[in-house]
Parts: sequence; structure tokens; C-alpha cells
Amino acid sequence: MPPDTISAALAIARKDLAIEFRTRTAFLSSLVFALLAIVIFYFAWDPTAIPALDLAPGVLWVIFTFSGLLGLNRSFGIEQSERAIDGLLLAPVSRQAIYLGKGLANLLFVLAVQAIALPAVVLFYNVPVSGGFAVVAAIAVLAAIGLVAIGTLFSSMAVNTRLAELLLPMLSLPFFVPIVMPAAQATASLLAGRPVAEAAAWLKVLLAFDIVFVAACALAFPYTIEE
Amino acid sequence: MALRWSGAHLPPDQAHIAIDPLSIAAFIAVAATFVRAIWFTPLERIQGPAQKIFYIHAPAAWVAFLAFGLVAIASGIYLWLRDERLDRFAESSAEVGVVFTTVVLVTGPLWGRPVWGTWWTWDARLTLTLFLWFIYVGYLVMRGAVDDRAVRARYSAVLGILGALLIPFIHLSVYMFRTLHPLPIVMKASRPSLPGEMLLTLLLAFASFTLLYVALLRARYLLAEERDRLQDSVA
Repeated sequence: MPPDTISAALAIARKDLAIEFRTRTAFLSSLVFALLAIVIFYFAWDPTAIPALDLAPGVLWVIFTFSGLLGLNRSFGIEQSERAIDGLLLAPVSRQAIYLGKGLANLLFVLAVQAIALPAVVLFYNVPVSGGFAVVAAIAVLAAIGLVAIGTLFSSMAVNTRLAELLLPMLSLPFFVPIVMPAAQATASLLAGRPVAEAAAWLKVLLAFDIVFVAACALAFPYTIEE
Repeated sequence: MALRWSGAHLPPDQAHIAIDPLSIAAFIAVAATFVRAIWFTPLERIQGPAQKIFYIHAPAAWVAFLAFGLVAIASGIYLWLRDERLDRFAESSAEVGVVFTTVVLVTGPLWGRPVWGTWWTWDARLTLTLFLWFIYVGYLVMRGAVDDRAVRARYSAVLGILGALLIPFIHLSVYMFRTLHPLPIVMKASRPSLPGEMLLTLLLAFASFTLLYVALLRARYLLAEERDRLQDSVA
């Protein structure tokens, strides 16, 4: 990858994060959504029938997925006002740099929400913190990369349709299945105190998904923003 | 459809309803398959009449996979050649594929209830088929939400290709849950383990469903062509 692609991507990511840092609209709404969902999920099941600990991995991954979607919607939504996207496209940078920059900003956004939501789940669901927890964090990062790779691409498509943000979940969720399923299964196995090796097969699925879809989405992205 | 409204771009008095011989042939072939399957094919000893649904279910599944495979191929070539015909082909094939996937998803539970004792199970193949349905329904909804024809074609092609890439991953992850579905009976390494009469009915079903796919695809393609022509004449 040429060095100016990376520096352009970093500049775009910095721009998006600066906008988000100054307004905090998407971050706060994702975060409040995540915390609310943690609370609502707790009351959606009978705690005497299913221990909270058994619910925790599922709750965690449902929340990560949906709060991620809230943030991803904004990624290209902010470029719609005043046709800012045209300025971005006119800039002498490659389309891959735009995708990488947008993706990087989204990744940091999703990781920031996870960094608060994960301890919140641990707190509210009385999850014992053990050595396996470092692996759960690694799973979260791997899964976030996959979610963001898909979500960034689809966000650039969804904003140009009549359905706008309504379309993003419909397009993205089927693609999130091979992320959420391995991530939740691996998390459940680790939280139950089973050895890391048991989660390894699921981690491989996640890693393969990340490699294939980061590459495929980066290649496909230029086709979604042609003028 | 056997009766096709043609000439939408013509003044009303010149428009007419054309009869499409290919569609008629396909409908007759499918009807003949059903007659043979119901009256001239022996009952399966253990499953009884429930097994007959297999002559709809299996060929419909084959057509669905064929249709979506062709969507992916047409999408890939579209991004390369930018020929509108490929986009119309992908659109038509996806829509026909969704219809056949719906047939698979409806006939499966009808058979599963008496034979497995459950309407639905989260088995690898069932789950994969359900997600295929979701992916391509999403594809069709997205097509409907974009007005600009070139943008719609590009977005659809991207989604068509990514959808095909996704299938092995969904299959892999749902396969890591245990599978209950009967294994392939005809297309397997050893010889087909189906009595001759049943095998013949099944092969006939595959052929007639494939013909039906081609007929529906063609009708849907002609509709897309006329819609685009109408749009051009208005613009």
C-alpha cells in the first residue's frame, strides 16, 4: 500500500473523528442505546429460569451489532449535507484511501462503544473476570473489523437510496451472521471457563471473514461512489 | 407468465397480449412431472406420501442455487463490461431465485413436520437457505430504492458479488452447529441410492423446474427491458 494512501486515510479518519468528537451525537446515542439494551435484555428473560451469566454472551453481541449499526449510518450520512462527499471525491486521493479512512474512524467508534459496553455487561450480569477475558477483548476487535468492513461499504450505498438508514440493517445483518455467531459462541465458551483452544476454531472463522471481506469491500468500494 | 403484456411502449391500440410458447412448455412440463410424481411413482416405504414433496423441494432448491449463482456471475461481468443487459439479467434471476427459495422454505417444513417431527430446525442447510432468502430479498428491496439506473446496477452488482462470497461463511459457521438434513441422494460420489422409478421422476422434476426457471427468467427479463425502454421514452 503506498504511503500517501495511508496518510490520506489517516487524515480522513481524523476528520470524521473530529466531527464526532465535537458533536458526540452518534457516540452518545449508540452508547445510551447499548446501556438501555443491556437493561432491557435483563428483564426480557426470567432470571430464575436462565442465569444472567448464560445470557451475557448473546446480549453482548446483539448490543455490539446494533449499536455499531447506529454509528455506521452516520459514516456517510455526514457527507450528505452540503454534498460534502463531492469534496471528498475531488480530493486527489485514491478511493481506497477514502474507504480505509472511513473504516478506520468507524472502527475506533465501534471499539469505543465496546470499551464501555463490555464492562457494563460484566457489571450488570455479574460476569466473573478471568484470564479468558483478554481473549474476549481480542474477539471483540476481530469482530469489530468485520462489522466495520461491511458496514462502511453498505453505508456508502444506503445513503444514496430512498430508504437511506432503513436499508443499512437489512443489507448488513445477513452479513453479520458469520461474525456474531462465532464471536458469541467463542465468548460463551470462554466465559464458561473452558480452555481457549475450544474457542480457537471460531476465532479462525472470524479471522478468515475479516481477511476476505476487508479485501473484497475495499475492492468493491470504488464502484459505490462513482460519479 | 404464459400471457405476457407486450408493447407497453406502443400506443394502447397497438399493444397486445402475446402468448409465450416457452412458458407454456414449462408449465406443461411441470404439470406432467407432478402427474407422474403423484400417480405413477411408488410410495416411499417409511415416509409414505410425505416423501413426494421431495420432487418439488429438491429441484426448487437446485433452481434457487442456480439462479443466485448466475446473479453473482452476471454481477461480476457487469462491473467489468458495464452492459445493461447483464444487470437486467441479474435482476430477473434474483427475483425468480427468491420465488424458488420461498418454495424451498415452504415445502421443507411441510415435509419436516411428519418426518422429523418438527416444522423447523436450525440445521446448516435450512439456516443457509433462510439467509439466502434474506440476502436476496434485501437485494430486491435495495434495487427498488434506487432510481438512477446506473447507480442501481453498480450497487446491485456489488451486493450480488458480496452475497456470493458470504455463502461459504454462513455455511461454515452454521455447519459448526450440528446438521440434521438428509445428505445428497443423487449427486454423491457413489451411485445414486434411489430406485429407478423415483430417480426418473426426480430427474424429470429437475429438468422441468430448470425449464420453468428459464421461462420465468425470460419473461421477467423482457419486462425489465420494456420498463427501461418506457423510462427512456419518457425521459
